[in-house]
Amino acid sequence: MASAKGSLRSDLGRVRGLGSAKEGVQHWWMQRVTALALIPLSLWFVACIVFLIDVDRATALQWLGSPVTLGLMSLFLVALVYHAVLGLQVVVEDYIHSHAAKITLLLLIQFSGIALAVAGIVAMLMITIYGG
Amino acid sequence: MLGQVYRLQLTSFTSFLHRVTGVFLAVGILALVGWLAAAATSAQAFDQAQAIAASIIGRIALFLWTGAFFYHLLNGLRHLAWDAGWGFELPTAYRTGWTVMIGSVVLTLVAWALGYWARGNL
Repeated sequence: MASAKGSLRSDLGRVRGLGSAKEGVQHWWMQRVTALALIPLSLWFVACIVFLIDVDRATALQWLGSPVTLGLMSLFLVALVYHAVLGLQVVVEDYIHSHAAKITLLLLIQFSGIALAVAGIVAMLMITIYGG
Repeated sequence: MLGQVYRLQLTSFTSFLHRVTGVFLAVGILALVGWLAAAATSAQAFDQAQAIAASIIGRIALFLWTGAFFYHLLNGLRHLAWDAGWGFELPTAYRTGWTVMIGSVVLTLVAWALGYWARGNL
């Protein structure tokens, strides 16, 4: 519950200054680490997409095939997927109460996340090495 | 009904919207990886991906993803400020909440205006 004194911070939270010291800390911390990494990476990505979304394939391959784009896009994909998996996990844990359905969805999210990150990086490598 | 006993507050609405935009953006990873895979595969596959992106549904999806992105980015900064212990006072929480709402709309429109302007369509 929110404090009565005009603040969103709970009384307990203010007294202790810290939350649980169990495994949730790692989840919480990595969500913030990936969030910080995504600030510059996502802005770079969106800026590129604004100018490159409708180019022909030759121009797209030229941009995607540069080592700088390969590096930044790989970092972006890893941080994005990591952040998305952590975020979706919280949503599933909050709203799905059947244990079997929850575990099934969490596994699906984690496997899909890893598969998507790998697929994206493989596509980038194909473009960089073979030119698409 | 719920509406008669519970008045929607900006603070809970921004929190709810953070989740909704987060889930929606996660779906966008499928589109991004699909686009990269199409570019890597063949000219036909890439043309097909570009045609989907340029269609009305494609443009609506891209516009909503842009909006969701800027909202999630700005409200994410608000969350990081809270993590650092700043901005919990109610007047501040409301001020930053409105800043995020208005800011994300403005940035979305600026990004799209910039895109059309760069192509000589504005």
